[in-house]
Amino acid sequence: MKRVVITGMGAVSPFGTGTDSLMKSLSAGDSGIRSMDDFAQITGLKPTIAGKVPDYNAKSIPRKFRRTMSPMSIFATLAAQEAISQAGLNKDILSGGTTGLSVSSTVGSVQALQSFFTTFLNGFSIEEIKATEFFKIMNHSCAANLAQCFEITGRVMAPSAACSTGCQTIGLAAEAIAIGKQDIMLCGGADELHPLTVGTFDIIQAASTGYNKQPTSTPRPFDRDRDGIVCAEGAGILVLESLDSAQERGADILAEIIGFSSTADPSNLASPSSAAIARCMQLALDDAGIPPEAVQYVNAHATGTKLGDAAENSAIASLFGSKPLVSSLKGHLGHTMAASGALETIATVLMMNNGLVVPTRNLINIAPDCMGSRHIRQIERQPVSMALKNSFALGGINTSIILRRDND
Amino acid sequence: MTDLEAIQLTNELLAEEFELELDQMKPEALFKEDLELDSLDAVDMVIVLEQAFNFKIKKDEAFKKIRSLGNLHDFVLDKKNEHPTAVSNT
Repeated sequence: MKRVVITGMGAVSPFGTGTDSLMKSLSAGDSGIRSMDDFAQITGLKPTIAGKVPDYNAKSIPRKFRRTMSPMSIFATLAAQEAISQAGLNKDILSGGTTGLSVSSTVGSVQALQSFFTTFLNGFSIEEIKATEFFKIMNHSCAANLAQCFEITGRVMAPSAACSTGCQTIGLAAEAIAIGKQDIMLCGGADELHPLTVGTFDIIQAASTGYNKQPTSTPRPFDRDRDGIVCAEGAGILVLESLDSAQERGADILAEIIGFSSTADPSNLASPSSAAIARCMQLALDDAGIPPEAVQYVNAHATGTKLGDAAENSAIASLFGSKPLVSSLKGHLGHTMAASGALETIATVLMMNNGLVVPTRNLINIAPDCMGSRHIRQIERQPVSMALKNSFALGGINTSIILRRDND
Repeated sequence: MTDLEAIQLTNELLAEEFELELDQMKPEALFKEDLELDSLDAVDMVIVLEQAFNFKIKKDEAFKKIRSLGNLHDFVLDKKNEHPTAVSNT
């Protein structure tokens, strides 16, 4: 099996475009959550807050490619441009067949679906449906648009696993490289904000609804007063590469992916089980060939829900005790859905390389059911050479990735 | 609407829809080679023109033979004169 390293990263988040703005805002303890006035117009929708990507330059993407892109593909393309530039991949490498792609979203564009059905249901007619609409709706829209835009000719995968998508795409990309099927993979996730996504969590009573007048005070991962998820949007794209390829090209190595696991929890479609989460993390440790004591930081999935945070905390405490630092970045970013696993993996790599760990924003009083692990509430400046990143999803799909800082 | 107004409107609609500059909108401009529009764009062009001029194009065989902007101008003027009651929706 080949060793797999990260040589490029790109981000579009509620803090704007670029990994610099992501890390700067996380380090400053900023919140990307704000009021969404248009949500108040929707009957029955209780949350009126979200994490929205601020102004971005879609026009930097040629119209030929942009015409089939909804916002999620535009976010993914902008993030990929940054990642590709950092990795120093040229057109020959991207188009030579040795580079593949593993990028997805939770669903196809709901904005485009709304546009389609608004026209379609007006007299059950397709006469005014534009040719480019379907390309935004199809499930592999982000993957297909990226492949076209960057002229990727290797394997293109769009594994969709709701909120685990961003980590699962990274893990599957790493495996494609490890077994020698591709030398380089672009991977990650993207999603765009739509009231349907927010409404989905509201309907299943997992959305934060009590902080509409104080948007930056929620979500509150692991906190006593947490009341649910705050939806957000964005994209995180990484360039993974075999160590051999990176060394041959003289690329800067940002971190190594040494372990990955993806498991299913058939006990319940919506309520996570602590035992299943612990099993997922243990399998990632086994894959990496390291004991729990080697992990110095756990970047939690914790979204701020009552059940999810408690189950994850219990699993972390049972497997790792109170040794590794633990934080969730959802308090800053909200839940960027399919982007979350990738954006938070990118942030974890940035933290490892900057010698600091960002605390959980809005964690004021650790909840009684979230005790037993080492939550941090202020920036910790200490070296982290191995970190574990979790992502979990509706449908019981759990994923864990283990990262090792380069040269450790 | 005069013929000149119909041509101007056609040019403006295409420039807006396909992010073209008005100085590119010369009658001799070829859709594929000069304006870099393809078959997907042709579908959307039909929708934009149908909505603006209030006539149907989709099943018109003559539309499929259009290669240049000048061809399209002629086509639009023919359709407009076939349907003198059609009015611009813009």
